Amino acid sequence: MAATIEPSRLPSPDRALRERATFTSTVADTWVLTRRNLLRNIRLPQVLLFSTVQPIMFLLLFTYVFGGAIGQALPPVAEGEYINWLMPGLLVQISVFGAGQTAIGLTDDLSKGVIDRFRSLPMARSAVLAGRTFADLGRNTAVVTLMLLVGFLIGFRYQTSFLRFLAGAALGLAFAYSLSWVMAVIGLYVKDPEATQSAVFLPVFPLVFASSVFLPTETMPDWLRVFADNQPITTVTNALRALMLGEGALPEGQVLASQLLISLVWIASITLVFSLLAIRAYRRAVN
Amino acid sequence: MATRSDGPIIEVRDVVRTFGAVRALDGVDLAVEPGIVYGLLGPNGAGKTTLIRVLATLLRPDRGSVRVAGVDVVADPNAARARIGLAGQFAAVDAFLTGRENVEMVGRLYGLSPRNARQRADDVLERIGLTRDAGRQVGTYSGGMRRRLDLAASLVGRPEVMFLDEPTTGIDPRNRLELWDLIEDLVAAGTSVLLTTQYLDEADRLAARIGVIDRGVVVQEGTADELKDAVGGSVLELVVPDGHHVRAMETITAATGEEVLELAGRRLRVAAREGSRTLLEVVRALDAAGVEADDIGLHKPSLDDVFLAVTGEPTGQDTDVGHDIDDPASTVAGDRSRGRRG
Ligand SMILES: Nc1ncnc2c1ncn2[C@@H]1O[C@H](COP(=O)(O)OP(=O)(O)OP(=O)(O)O)[C@@H](O)[C@H]1O
Ligand SMILES: [Mg+2]
Repeated sequence: MAATIEPSRLPSPDRALRERATFTSTVADTWVLTRRNLLRNIRLPQVLLFSTVQPIMFLLLFTYVFGGAIGQALPPVAEGEYINWLMPGLLVQISVFGAGQTAIGLTDDLSKGVIDRFRSLPMARSAVLAGRTFADLGRNTAVVTLMLLVGFLIGFRYQTSFLRFLAGAALGLAFAYSLSWVMAVIGLYVKDPEATQSAVFLPVFPLVFASSVFLPTETMPDWLRVFADNQPITTVTNALRALMLGEGALPEGQVLASQLLISLVWIASITLVFSLLAIRAYRRAVN
Repeated sequence: MATRSDGPIIEVRDVVRTFGAVRALDGVDLAVEPGIVYGLLGPNGAGKTTLIRVLATLLRPDRGSVRVAGVDVVADPNAARARIGLAGQFAAVDAFLTGRENVEMVGRLYGLSPRNARQRADDVLERIGLTRDAGRQVGTYSGGMRRRLDLAASLVGRPEVMFLDEPTTGIDPRNRLELWDLIEDLVAAGTSVLLTTQYLDEADRLAARIGVIDRGVVVQEGTADELKDAVGGSVLELVVPDGHHVRAMETITAATGEEVLELAGRRLRVAAREGSRTLLEVVRALDAAGVEADDIGLHKPSLDDVFLAVTGEPTGQDTDVGHDIDDPASTVAGDRSRGRRG
């Protein structure tokens, strides 16, 4: 190798490098890391499969296995089609599941020493977590788009306006973004990539099933229903459903405006609280 | 150095860093003059990686002061980061990026423009001999190629000070020689290098000064020659028949007053401060004790002997991949566990 190269190619040290993060350099660093993390999503086969095959499998299985039996029990806005009811719920479900990737990606970087490399560079510190969550938002957007396309193919039809439909999708993505921060905290505390897998998915399953994601909560036992009705996954699912199907999709006594408002408050507070916790956990994890 | 021609480029004063009950650094003092390779030797668990992590702003010391290139590392880590390059003990490169993408990304994070980063990435990749493989995903690289890529990435910012933690561990002999050339070229171009190594020949060849670290303290410091002189005139090495170790060791210690080290394969080693006179004394004493040596000889001390004398333990030099092999000859009293990163 070196034998073929004249030593003069080796540059002297230079001091043209920046020493302080400025706004522009922070944006640039965040973009560099977002791009890197997006490439990770695309190029690692296991991540790509998880992001594409798994959600579509859920969509198809639920539609065709449960759809026939459940269709009759749904509110009229679903027009007797379970897929109409299911689609908004699944958008929330994949947001919750997908957020786990934030934790897994972070622990992967931690255990491979990549985070150490970043920390030895004169880059904006915030870019590590921001680049991670932005990339996961990008990934989620792609997954949601794919899901909706497949959904349309097998019969999903929104019952409101295109704008409300888009607003619904955006709400789901915003919720997913807030959950990325929760998962970042879990990942940064657990640290070990394998352990993170279960630390992330164990709590996610009961939370998703004890909600209005798959079915209305009316038939659940009282103790479970109290929990299900008041947890954010249900609130966001209900708001999303009302945006896509109309207010008739909401349980007795609820209106879109209030569900939407409560959802946005949930999303804002989760993002705020958990991003602060994540920054603290990040500092702790690396020292 | 463009900025400083006087004073040390690395200055460590009384640095302590503990992990729970482990005192990984227990009062380290170090001063490295600019423009040289400084070699850090020490057994497994001595604290070499911990010291490098402190210098590279990855760990805060519990106590003490650390200056690199004139910057207080603890008070102003980002200013320090703009002046340093780090190639850690384990390659930290992304398997899903190509070699070039990896180096370019680090260049961007050093604050280079996209064009500049690309240009410099091409330069360092060429210099380190990875041009041909630069377009391949790193997941397909061999271990040694990854380490070289890791080194390339840390060069892309043209740092004033490079920290290399066991840069040639796991690298084949030919590439090792070439990395040595590269490190020498770096220094010729004005970079200061602090490296750790398990290979004493590496320290002998590259390092203008050497520090031996043991149990978190720098126990010996100087040029390779100074360190060898400090061990004493020469070294006596002998091979004794099976079962005669203990008797031989006791006899030699009684005759010379020196501690005898036991190496693998019935081999004993002792400092011979008075050269051939010591040799004669030992031969006579062994004769009187009825121990017949299979082989006996006087050597000039090597860095190995320095290491043995100073730390009381053999290095992992004989094992090809250093401390990664579970070779009793490379263990150190106390601890050989390596903490996970982070
Ligand atoms: N993150 C950590 N948590 C707990 N203990 C640690 C941590 N890092 C290092 N140690 C401990 O500190 C001591 C010094 O470790 P260090 O990695 O600095 O040794 P070293 O000289 O680099 O060894 P080696 O030659 O094996 O690389 C060891 O006892 C190690 O177990
Ligand atoms: Mg080490």
